[in-house]
Amino acid sequence: MRDDFSETTHFKMDKAQPRLLDNTGQGIVGAPLDRPDGPLKVSGTAPYAADVLPTGCLHGVLVRATISRGKVTAVDKGSLAGVEGVVDVITDPRMIRNPAQGMAGEAPVQTGDEVHYHGQPIALVVAESFETARDAAHRLKVTYEAEDGVAVTPDTAEQEVGDPDTAGDFNAAYDGAAVKVDLDYFSPSHVAAPMEPHAAVAEWTGNQLVLRSALQMVRFNKLEVADSLGISPDAVRILAPYVGGGFGSKLGIGPEAIAACIAAQKLGRPVRVVMSRQTVFDSVLRRSETAQRVRLGATKDGRIVALSHDDRVSNIQGEGFAEPVSQASQFLYGADGLSFQQTVARPAMTPSGSVRAPGEAVGMIAFEAAVDELAEKLGMDPLELRLKNIPDTHPMDGRPYSARRLADCLNDGAERFGWADRKMRREGDWLIGMGMASAARTNMLIESAARVRLTGTGAIVETDMTDIGTGTYAILGQIAAEMLGLSVEQVEVRLGDSDLPGASGSGGSFGASSAGSAVFMAAKTLREELAKRLGCEADDLTLSGGIARGGNVEKSLADLVDSEMVAEATIEGGKTAKESFSAGFGAHFAEVAVNEWTGEVRVRRMLGVMAMGRILNEKTARSQALGGMVWGLGSALHEEMMNDTRDGHVVTRDLANYHVASHLDVPRDMKVVFLEERDDEANPIQSKGIGELGISGAGAAILNAIAHATGKRVRTIPALPDRVIEAMES
Amino acid sequence: MIPFDYTRADALEDAGKALDAKAEVIAGGTNLLDLMKIQVMTPEKLVDITRIDGLSEITKDGDKLRIGALVTNTALANDANVRKGWPLLSRAILAGASAQIRNKATTGGNLLQRTRCPYFYDTSQACNKRAPGTGCAAQGGSGRMLALFGTSEHCLAAHPSDMATAMTALDAVVEIRSADGETRQVPIQAFYQGPGDTPHIENVLAEDDLVTAVILPAPLEGTHQVYRKVRDRASYAFALVTVAAAVKVEDGKIVRADMAFGSIAPHPFQNADVKDMLVGQAPSDALFAKAADALTRAEAPHPDVEYKRPLLRRTLIATLRQACGLSDAHGVDIAKV
Ligand SMILES: Cc1cc2nc3c(=O)[nH]c(=O)nc-3n(C[C@H](O)[C@H](O)[C@H](O)COP(=O)(O)OP(=O)(O)OC[C@H]3O[C@@H](n4cnc5c(N)ncnc54)[C@H](O)[C@@H]3O)c2cc1C
Ligand code: SF4
Repeated sequence: MRDDFSETTHFKMDKAQPRLLDNTGQGIVGAPLDRPDGPLKVSGTAPYAADVLPTGCLHGVLVRATISRGKVTAVDKGSLAGVEGVVDVITDPRMIRNPAQGMAGEAPVQTGDEVHYHGQPIALVVAESFETARDAAHRLKVTYEAEDGVAVTPDTAEQEVGDPDTAGDFNAAYDGAAVKVDLDYFSPSHVAAPMEPHAAVAEWTGNQLVLRSALQMVRFNKLEVADSLGISPDAVRILAPYVGGGFGSKLGIGPEAIAACIAAQKLGRPVRVVMSRQTVFDSVLRRSETAQRVRLGATKDGRIVALSHDDRVSNIQGEGFAEPVSQASQFLYGADGLSFQQTVARPAMTPSGSVRAPGEAVGMIAFEAAVDELAEKLGMDPLELRLKNIPDTHPMDGRPYSARRLADCLNDGAERFGWADRKMRREGDWLIGMGMASAARTNMLIESAARVRLTGTGAIVETDMTDIGTGTYAILGQIAAEMLGLSVEQVEVRLGDSDLPGASGSGGSFGASSAGSAVFMAAKTLREELAKRLGCEADDLTLSGGIARGGNVEKSLADLVDSEMVAEATIEGGKTAKESFSAGFGAHFAEVAVNEWTGEVRVRRMLGVMAMGRILNEKTARSQALGGMVWGLGSALHEEMMNDTRDGHVVTRDLANYHVASHLDVPRDMKVVFLEERDDEANPIQSKGIGELGISGAGAAILNAIAHATGKRVRTIPALPDRVIEAMES
Repeated sequence: MIPFDYTRADALEDAGKALDAKAEVIAGGTNLLDLMKIQVMTPEKLVDITRIDGLSEITKDGDKLRIGALVTNTALANDANVRKGWPLLSRAILAGASAQIRNKATTGGNLLQRTRCPYFYDTSQACNKRAPGTGCAAQGGSGRMLALFGTSEHCLAAHPSDMATAMTALDAVVEIRSADGETRQVPIQAFYQGPGDTPHIENVLAEDDLVTAVILPAPLEGTHQVYRKVRDRASYAFALVTVAAAVKVEDGKIVRADMAFGSIAPHPFQNADVKDMLVGQAPSDALFAKAADALTRAEAPHPDVEYKRPLLRRTLIATLRQACGLSDAHGVDIAKV
């Protein structure tokens, strides 16, 4: 029997890679295959974090601070005397103030007895049953020493004004511009609020911890847990095989997980902590509200010469993250002078962090609405203005773009949507209008490792990558199957276990490309070895239906693989990311009806045309794009977190008060078109991020359509009925 | 949730006997259970009335319609008699909540649902309605869903029921049974109480009273009935303002204009002056504008509900235009069809 094969490789993306997946010939990559995990999910048998209850498990409920800033002076366990079933009240200096930011890899701020915002988790009540713990958390008496005069709103808090990022001389260009707009926009805080609330089950065996939790980035989360608890990462195993949505809110380890770990260790029994929906609103990172100012200057014939996008966002003291509002504005269009300045306010409010498409999601709403307003002032078709200002190279640093089909998306979308026939019209009380916007979202490759095990009858893919509902199980299986000549049924994918090779995790739309590339590279190593065994060049090898062919030889995989061949590959970004600029591009179109009496807005149809590199699974990609567009619609029309301006607490703490788009808000006529594209500089599978492009710019298309319908601009989102009325009456 | 006793009443008498100050009736539970989980309502005893016979029927009584307290919102909205004779009610119910909730929610429970003021829901906040005497955190707070009319300094909350608003426009009567077996009938207009200095008391029910039915008077023949609900998204949201209107135009004149307004007061709201301004007049935009101005003249009790004045004004005009056939609004929402 031949020896097992085992090889570990490390690959750096230093130059464009050949398009091997165009030559493997199986047609599995890209096919609209169902998610293999789908049946488990709809039948309720996929074990989510809170579903696996170890024997003897206790239940913890987080207690929130009810002051804006100050100190906890006493947690009165005596106040729970007589509540049967209460086991303990845990306070601990290692508990964390808020979830870690994405890819932190270290403990977030640990405040001990300090309170930094209303809603901060300050204690964990542990009981024999969940109901008892919840009751006890309500009853627990906590006394505080509250600070006076705490600034709880972005406007009243300390402002940190950053240095502007510039290219050319914005002021000179703006002063000299023939046509200008100078516009202010406002967006409220948003919450990801995934269907599965944040949850954790912690269990210790001696000094070894097993944590089941709803997390997006296991490799980083493991380090965050270890650092928070002051233990070695080797003592931590995280399991997150199924995650019920994340949208950025589960990037970093959360307070419920650390509290569960501490309690389980102290009490010597497993502990489960599930956040209530209200706690998710109180203490999971929100998307910052934004105040944005966009200034654009153009020549009379519509060449943009001056472009500035300044913003004010907020985050609590001690958090490094600031919503990168102008991210896309910096590379979408060119100008002679560009300037981007950010201010960060520091109120005592729920901390902010990454929520789906940080930056573009709200930044592009304002920016692409402002571009529309410029078009209006120029008397120019907004489509034409955009087409005219597509730059040759990155306006800030001169890098060439990698694949970029922005113009094609704009033109193709205009054609399909009937843009040329755009005219405002009326149907009864409804005013009908059309709007459009560009879509753009940065693309990244994040270090990722994966292992592929090949036997004569199938393969197993192993990585700690997560599937947060996006289709990771499907696409990683497809890549391995395509590369190894197997069917997807012959490939098993194991995810979300920190004992497996560490991947990028799901975030920033980079998960599929990064983890997918690692699987690809591992499979490529196996192909090279199979070619060797067959006696042909790797380039001549074809693998299909379990048969290897090359150099006039044909053998079954079973003949080539005796027991198991194992390849592990790590991929990381390299020179291509410095020498070129990769982003997803597209175009959004929307038609809306605005009720001239009540200001209600109904979206009648939406179209997104996108070029996002190689599509790995047409079905999951479409779902991501559609979901993103629904988010865009929701931010334009519905989503608004409200905070009390006296103590900063979140007022909209459930999904009855925080409105995401309902089914009836989402038009039946909602289309996504993918233009064929390969991004050779991005990664060896030529794909790009998909999860966030759909949201980026979608809301602007809706706002622009409202303006077309009514002749008036709404610049504070969401465009609720009263705001639309106010605009119409202005 | 705190531990509580559970009693299943098999007959009205049992329910009456089991009820006291520490007990709550549970019907569909769609409101009560939510509030119990977050400990906004903390009854020590639940009296389950859902197995009591005779409360789940819709029966014709001459021209009138008797709706048992346990008739579900779905059954009521879909009832052929209701759709024919009182379409306003059917439309109002279907504009509320979701299909799943309407399947569970009952007529009695819907009438008695609690406010959606977010401070009422948050036990860390002062709220006279939840905890009498603690104050009203909504004053000076965030108040998009608060009332415009009929508030007091002790409470600014609005009643959110769509069903009750339509019933008010239709002059429904609430049938109440007290523990001693006596039954009385209270016009829905007199059923609810304003907040005054006791906002925790919302209606005329005594602690051991039970709502047994709602009775609709004879259908308003020849009226055009429109229920217009404006909210922050197309469905599954509580109203910002609603207008329920049953209007009859004869020989070019408005001869009937029965209206009620929802989500703008602690109870479905009516204004006799507005009605008087319309009846006897020829429908016109100018007339509607005059009536709408009269309706919305009052000062907003909270800056966050100032928007409800123009919104209500415009919604009333749009509703009257539709009810009088002046607009081709194509029902409620042509944008979706
Ligand atoms: C997410 C959501 C959205 C909603 N949206 C809307 C909306 O858009 N519009 C709208 O109008 N409503 C809406 N609702 C509210 C819904 O209509 C009510 O929850 C429902 O009607 C209550 O009926 P129930 O039978 O479930 O009442 P329960 O929850 O069982 O009871 C409610 C109250 O009534 C009392 N009670 C019930 N029956 C009787 C009786 N016969 N006699 C005396 N007391 C009684 C109970 O003690 C309790 O205090 C929504 C609810 C939810 C959860
Ligand atoms: S308005 Fe009424 S319900 Fe709201 S906080 Fe004040 S007292 Fe409570």
